[in-house]
Amino acid sequence: MIAPVETVAALAVRDLHYAYPDGHPALRGVTLTVAPGERVALLGPNGAGKTTLVLHLNGILAAASGDVSVGGLPVRGDRATLAEVRRRVGIVFQDPDDQLFLPTVAEDVAFGPANLGLRGAQLRERVAQALAAVGMSAHADRSPHHLSFGQRRRVAVATVLAMRPQVLVLDEPSSNLDPAARRELAEILRALPVTLLLVTHDLPYALELCERAVILDEGRLVADAGTRELLADAEVLARHRLELPYGFAPGLATG
Amino acid sequence: MLYRDAASPVHRLPPEAKIVAMVLFTFAVVATPREAFWAFGAYALLVVLVAALARVGPGWLLSRALIELPFVAFAFALPLLAAGERVQWLGMSLAVEGLYGGWNILAKGTLGVLASLLLAATTSTRDLLLGLDRLRCPQILTQIATFMLRYLDVLIGESRRMRVARLSRGDDPRFFWQLRGFAAGIGALFLRAFERGERVYLAMLARGYDGRMPAVWRETGGATAAQWAAAATVPVVAAGVAAAALVLT
Repeated sequence: MIAPVETVAALAVRDLHYAYPDGHPALRGVTLTVAPGERVALLGPNGAGKTTLVLHLNGILAAASGDVSVGGLPVRGDRATLAEVRRRVGIVFQDPDDQLFLPTVAEDVAFGPANLGLRGAQLRERVAQALAAVGMSAHADRSPHHLSFGQRRRVAVATVLAMRPQVLVLDEPSSNLDPAARRELAEILRALPVTLLLVTHDLPYALELCERAVILDEGRLVADAGTRELLADAEVLARHRLELPYGFAPGLATG
Repeated sequence: MLYRDAASPVHRLPPEAKIVAMVLFTFAVVATPREAFWAFGAYALLVVLVAALARVGPGWLLSRALIELPFVAFAFALPLLAAGERVQWLGMSLAVEGLYGGWNILAKGTLGVLASLLLAATTSTRDLLLGLDRLRCPQILTQIATFMLRYLDVLIGESRRMRVARLSRGDDPRFFWQLRGFAAGIGALFLRAFERGERVYLAMLARGYDGRMPAVWRETGGATAAQWAAAATVPVVAAGVAAAALVLT
């Protein structure tokens, strides 16, 4: 999908370079543009730099060179810009136990919007809406560690949704979920009216949720195409250590 | 952990009122002269009344009060060690000064422990932190305690999984032989906790954390005047007893 010229890109990454503190390069010139409302899968083998790229999108890591902008706002180091960038880009991390750190679900969901300055009735409404969006309203006052893994993952999505992000970034959202929890999460994600960047190596999940997919390998974007088309290209997949599950044919999958 | 879920008037009191009441009660007990035996009886009666009101059984209270034993062990040695006037009892020569000193430690320590246990039994850990926060306890302390509360279970779960994995690979679970694996496990657990701390911090940053917790919970609720008054009955009575004891001895 090509964005109309007049719309501002939801995410624009241009020639992004980054090296780990030990000097090992993680990103070597990544350029990626995502249009508003688009759902893009970011594929790549372990160690390709996917998570490093994600941490640049809301300014947690600062680019060594190149630039990142979110909805036209360049990501820079000053406090006010960072606060706005973090409001616009919500990241759901891979391990929900990293994300949920407060004693009750409701408090955890309130943490982000409260950091944005919301208080009282407004804050409660945000929390209620976010929990309703992931079907977890009944568990608002429970402790996260009493929930199942799938439920914790959904609450982690809610903690970010409560900030009303324009771009939702999910790092391996389907990992460790049983098939039903995986499908439920897909249904929730598909219903959200936000720009979505899905970081994964679960290729069927990418096909199910995203019309477009890009492959990141060794710090470079090496492919950018329609997901179905990309998954049908066995040679490109094999070159970048990506494999379809046994018996899965993207041409036959209905989505 | 010590919390006993029930619906009693004591449970319903706001945590900050209970914390203040507990601290003031302990001050009154400590300020009481040790010779005023009747005063300690009155304090014990107060504890029994609150325990009955909170439906906390004597067995539960007393068994958990044993935690004070290592701290008051010295109290039992005092009568044997102290110098001065002595009395004969069961063939032992006991120092009067030491008996008073031992009694002092034992009575005041026990009453303090019982009061704290009653607070813990009727207030969930979460509410205790909320109460401390409302009492303007430095936020960094309540934050650390909040994190501990949340991640203790995660860490216990992790160490349990690591132990199961060790046992599955033929580690001998007998006490002494387990030490080596256990020690290595502690090291690995520390590293994991450290890494997790790092990731939790990143996830907090991503949600706009700027070094201070949002003051969301402090502003809601809070004790009303009536609740403060209800919680004040215990320390007020205790203060009266302490004042009387000071005057009479």
